[in-house]
Amino acid sequence: MTLNAALYNFCLRIADNNMILGQRLAEWCSKGPILEEDIALTNLSLDLFGEAESFYEYAAALDNHTKTADDIAFLRNERQYFNFLIVEQPNGDFAFTMMKQLLYACYARLLYSRLSDSKDERISGLSAKAVKEMRYHFRHSAEWIIRLGQGTELSKHKVQFALDELWRFTDDMFEMNETDEVLIEAGMSFNIKELYAEWREQVGDIFSQASLEIPEYHFDIKGGINGIHTEHLGHILCEMQYLQRAHPGATW
Amino acid sequence: MVKEAIHITEQKVWQLLDMVADPDIPVISIVELGLVRKVKVEPGNSVTVTITPSYSGCPAMHVFRFEIESVLKMNGVENVKLEIVLSPAWTTDWLSDTTKNKLKQYGIAPPVSDAGSADTLFARKEVPCPRCNSYHTKLTSQFGSTPCKALWYCEDCMQPFEYFKCH
Repeated sequence: MTLNAALYNFCLRIADNNMILGQRLAEWCSKGPILEEDIALTNLSLDLFGEAESFYEYAAALDNHTKTADDIAFLRNERQYFNFLIVEQPNGDFAFTMMKQLLYACYARLLYSRLSDSKDERISGLSAKAVKEMRYHFRHSAEWIIRLGQGTELSKHKVQFALDELWRFTDDMFEMNETDEVLIEAGMSFNIKELYAEWREQVGDIFSQASLEIPEYHFDIKGGINGIHTEHLGHILCEMQYLQRAHPGATW
Repeated sequence: MVKEAIHITEQKVWQLLDMVADPDIPVISIVELGLVRKVKVEPGNSVTVTITPSYSGCPAMHVFRFEIESVLKMNGVENVKLEIVLSPAWTTDWLSDTTKNKLKQYGIAPPVSDAGSADTLFARKEVPCPRCNSYHTKLTSQFGSTPCKALWYCEDCMQPFEYFKCH
């Protein structure tokens, strides 16, 4: 794999994570539990779409602009998306969405923080900006998880259920493939597994404050970065790509 | 008819750009926000403006690009080039005291530095009400009408207000 191809794939991985999670959060629009949260969820979505756009634009530039950022974002099939499995999972209830947000935002904040030192200037520049945004996402979801965990019996039950359901998708975020090998060699990325200990400690700290227990099962599902997905991604793409499939080439 | 060459100066370009207001906060300009990083006047009536994005998903960025181009073209610049620079990342530390004061006059509480506490959960911040200056205020939501603002409430004048987040 050439360095250029590795960078391209890496940009897609980051952008796809942002876009798919952003799309999931956008599904909350007008359905938030309270007005402030409705605004918060769509604000988080907007951050993610903004970050996705920046990385899709970089991908388009790496590919000599043979496709636009929009083409790359919308005109691939599910096996060509490299997002993590956790971001494509359905929203469930508010507790479930917050748990998904926490597990991902904690990871993303650590990832962007390390990528701010990438030898690739565009990756480091975009990451330095994204890390500030992920800090808000992390705080927002962490505070909710603690509130829900310490709330009523019902809220605690719901948030524990979310953790039990979503934990199996977390190892998937620390997977690596040839893309990573090439980028590590070039000093543009790093061994993603190095993030695990810190991530585990940070989410573990939130869970103990929320009196939640991490499930003990070993039943991990992986494959996102290699284009192997759960059935949910296909359904999201159906919705997102409908217009371009029905009216190919349609523009504003 | 011979077209008279217009010699625009860098100073003039800065002045023009200072007229481009933030669509969400019309009292401050993109220059005051620190979004314009560099201006370069080149032969052939060309101007290159280097800007930096504020928030990744800020919809106002698209408006800025359009506005910069039109204000310069209306003032005789033929070629406007826009360059985006990512590093150093934009920060609210670049807002001057004068700009912060303008925000306050407009009814938006200016950013209060939170060095060190950005990662603290349930952190209590001291944000004075832009209307009555009371510190008897509370956070309603970390997220507001735009990515740069949070929602606050003043318990003295009993009015909601917006706070420009530290970034």
